[in-house]
Amino acid sequence: MADLQTAQSLERQSMPLTGASLPRQAPLLAAVIAGGIAALIALLGGFGWVAAIFVAWLLLLVGLPLWSRAVEGGRRAVDRIVTLLVWSAFALAMIPLVSLVWTVLSKGVGILSSQFFNNSMRGVLGEGGGIYHAIMGTLIITALATVISVPIGVLTAVYLVEYGKTSRLAQVITFLVDVMTGIPSIVAGLFAYALFALFFGPGVRMGIGGAVALSVLMVPIVVRAAEEMLKLVPDELREASYALGVPKWRTITKVVLPTAIAGIVTGVTLAVARVAGETAPLLIIAGFTTSTNLDPFNDRMTTLPVFIFYSITEPGLHADAMADYAWGAALVLVAIVMFLNVVARVVGGLFAPKTGR
Amino acid sequence: MTVTAPPEVDREESTGRVGDVVFAGISRGSAIVIMLALAGVAVFLLQQGLPALGNHGEAAYGKDNIWAFVWPLLFGTLLASVIAMLIAAPLAIGVALIISHYAPRPVAKVLGWLIDLLAAIPSVVYGLWGIQFLALNMVPVYKWFDAHAGWIPFFEGPVPNSGRTMFTAGLVLAVMALPIITAICREVFAQTPLMHQEAALALGATRWEMIRLAVFPYARSGMMSAVLLGLGRALGETMAVALVLAPTLIVSFNLITAERSSSTIAANIALNFGNASGSKIDTLIFSGLVLFVITFAVNFLGRSIAARGQRG
Amino acid sequence: MAKSIDVSDLNIYYGDFLAVEGVNMTIKARSVTAFIGPSGCGKSTFLRSLNRMHEAIPGARVEGKVMVDGQSLYEPSIDPVAVRRQIGMVFQRPNPFPTMSIYENVLAGKRLNAKRMSKSDADALVERSLRGANLWTEVKDRLNKPGMSLSGGQQQRLCIARAIAVEPQVLLMDEPCSALDPISTAAIEDLIAELKSDYTIVIVTHNMQQAARVSDDTGFFNLKATGEPGHLVEFNPTNKMFTNPDEESTEAYISGRFG
Repeated sequence: MADLQTAQSLERQSMPLTGASLPRQAPLLAAVIAGGIAALIALLGGFGWVAAIFVAWLLLLVGLPLWSRAVEGGRRAVDRIVTLLVWSAFALAMIPLVSLVWTVLSKGVGILSSQFFNNSMRGVLGEGGGIYHAIMGTLIITALATVISVPIGVLTAVYLVEYGKTSRLAQVITFLVDVMTGIPSIVAGLFAYALFALFFGPGVRMGIGGAVALSVLMVPIVVRAAEEMLKLVPDELREASYALGVPKWRTITKVVLPTAIAGIVTGVTLAVARVAGETAPLLIIAGFTTSTNLDPFNDRMTTLPVFIFYSITEPGLHADAMADYAWGAALVLVAIVMFLNVVARVVGGLFAPKTGR
Repeated sequence: MTVTAPPEVDREESTGRVGDVVFAGISRGSAIVIMLALAGVAVFLLQQGLPALGNHGEAAYGKDNIWAFVWPLLFGTLLASVIAMLIAAPLAIGVALIISHYAPRPVAKVLGWLIDLLAAIPSVVYGLWGIQFLALNMVPVYKWFDAHAGWIPFFEGPVPNSGRTMFTAGLVLAVMALPIITAICREVFAQTPLMHQEAALALGATRWEMIRLAVFPYARSGMMSAVLLGLGRALGETMAVALVLAPTLIVSFNLITAERSSSTIAANIALNFGNASGSKIDTLIFSGLVLFVITFAVNFLGRSIAARGQRG
Repeated sequence: MAKSIDVSDLNIYYGDFLAVEGVNMTIKARSVTAFIGPSGCGKSTFLRSLNRMHEAIPGARVEGKVMVDGQSLYEPSIDPVAVRRQIGMVFQRPNPFPTMSIYENVLAGKRLNAKRMSKSDADALVERSLRGANLWTEVKDRLNKPGMSLSGGQQQRLCIARAIAVEPQVLLMDEPCSALDPISTAAIEDLIAELKSDYTIVIVTHNMQQAARVSDDTGFFNLKATGEPGHLVEFNPTNKMFTNPDEESTEAYISGRFG
């Protein structure tokens, strides 16, 4: 009886845990072999190195799974194909992104000088100009947009979280904020133009219009960020304050907002970084000029992105020099945006509410 | 720090009451400003754009009617965005998988951070890179396609030496949308419940089988909405395309020529607005209205899929 | 030819943190072995190291030896995927795949390996596994309903059916009843008693009565001190454990004087 059971269980219980498998270095080895074959083919056939890499990749994609299939079986082979494809996708995606960063750095760094930062392009043909006017334009218009958007955005978030909650109006506002996040930036520009044309006649161009257009893009980002942060403030804190007899508005301004301030600052900073790089709306409503204009309520005002755009699309006679300006301006713009992003992350990391996640 | 120092309690109750009313009013007012602003966007665009419905001839850039003007641009917008999504979506899912499941933890953290930074790079910089670097480097590839696959309508030459083609525009949009789609997919993948992944592993699943069994079914709606939101971004993107493509008004599937390639709504507005006047402005604003409607529909679809996924 | 698990000098780490130290034991084939001990003493961690699920957590690693059927689980030549096929696992919270029906859930593991399974083979396997998990009569009329539509106890039995459908040698159960009501718990305990004739079962439980009811052998895990790694205090037949344990701390724990 016992024997029978053992025999039966033996059949079921043979436990191959090892299963033949490829050596750990198999992918590397396969890659080297594929690369070698491809190099040989490329030498014989006279291909460029891009084609050679492509051939090597194809060889690897076919060869490694076939080898794996022969040794390890179909499931492991499929796993290897997918792993290879996923890493290939990653490598392929990194190429343009790395190339972008590298190109901006290498092409932009040459032109940076005190003259580049302190001069405008007024009356400049070819070399000798700078982007002072564009930097100032970016700073002024972005600052104005921030001044408009932050109070509206934060107060709206306060309304949604503290007052509106599930009211009809709050639902409508939440929906509209969703809609606003999807407005194409050029449409925001058209809106600002249509609005200002109503008061100042057609053909109007002024910096404040750009700020209004950017606000349309910025407000929803600020509302979203502030809303998230206010929701993280625990209700116990509010109740503790109410229990002390503090009126609601003071609870919000003295307890809730200070608790959430780090997160809100992070969100606002990211929003500023986002709109500082906007081009399309400013192209339409703020226009383009080569001289420095510090008055946002009067006449055209250039920002860095618009400057880059015109340097490429309408370079005039000195296309090469203008391309250099464009790359320099792009580097400065990327530096500003990256700086804001890093600041946002540091602020968010330092003061992260302990209640979060 | 804020709880320990409770603000002094108001002696007069009325102060609190008045303050409450005022503050509630201000915050509600801000919310209403948003409503008015959006209503303003709609009203102004309609008011300026609708008169263009009757435009033809010179005012419609030489077309018989406004639709003949808008259609090629709409076509180009969709074509460029679809190319971008076909390229970006698989790559973005791959990158997101690397960050969530394949790369070692510390590497993945750095990569996630890097992708977020790349998502913040202004679109005009992508455009600049597209026209001055990518386009030029793609020319040999286009020439190869022209020579070897020219019989397919997509790849009929002649290839411009500038490389400024529809395919280049799609590529730039793909590179731009990639970090955005990746960021959303990564988030969704990371939220897949560990217990389902462990269930799959405990059944003897390989890593890919685990992803197929436990991650993808859970993340399906999130991935869909990520792609749709990326598409919404690509549709409305102006600068990258405006820098690469010339404003033409033709419908063409050709991907690798300059003369016979379509343009997009947003780029066309950006390139023509500076020189436009009178009823031409109305025409351009009308095309912006069309763009707004389309992106709104795509974004709305994306969000509702995401919301449904979260409930289910 | 006993299909036992021999563990010798096993240290389990999360990164640099030593979670469990120096475990030695022999788990007998076709018996139920229970692990008891206070929370955080490493009994679940130890259980997960028996089928290399421990590695699913980034940074986790193991030193020492786990021998199953004469093979050392942590040898480089061993395929963790094959290990988990042979050594199934049931988790604390029922985790049927949410997008799959009851039928598909049972077949999920089997489908990974069998390229094509005829409808009749698949039906037979589903019925056999569900009967094995004492769930067949309750669900046979709604096999195409989602797995999540079942009650908690039924879901857990579905997970057991899913685990035994791949025909493992060993079943590891990580507090399988902790999320269930008493009636469902009784159903699972009956099931464990039946499964024992075919499988080697290892169960982690917080419930000492449960350990006493279902198990043949019991291991008691404890922390040496707060902040120190967990270790195996005593490993003995359940009868002895609950009547006359070797260690004083075991008796203290079992009689409820601490932990």
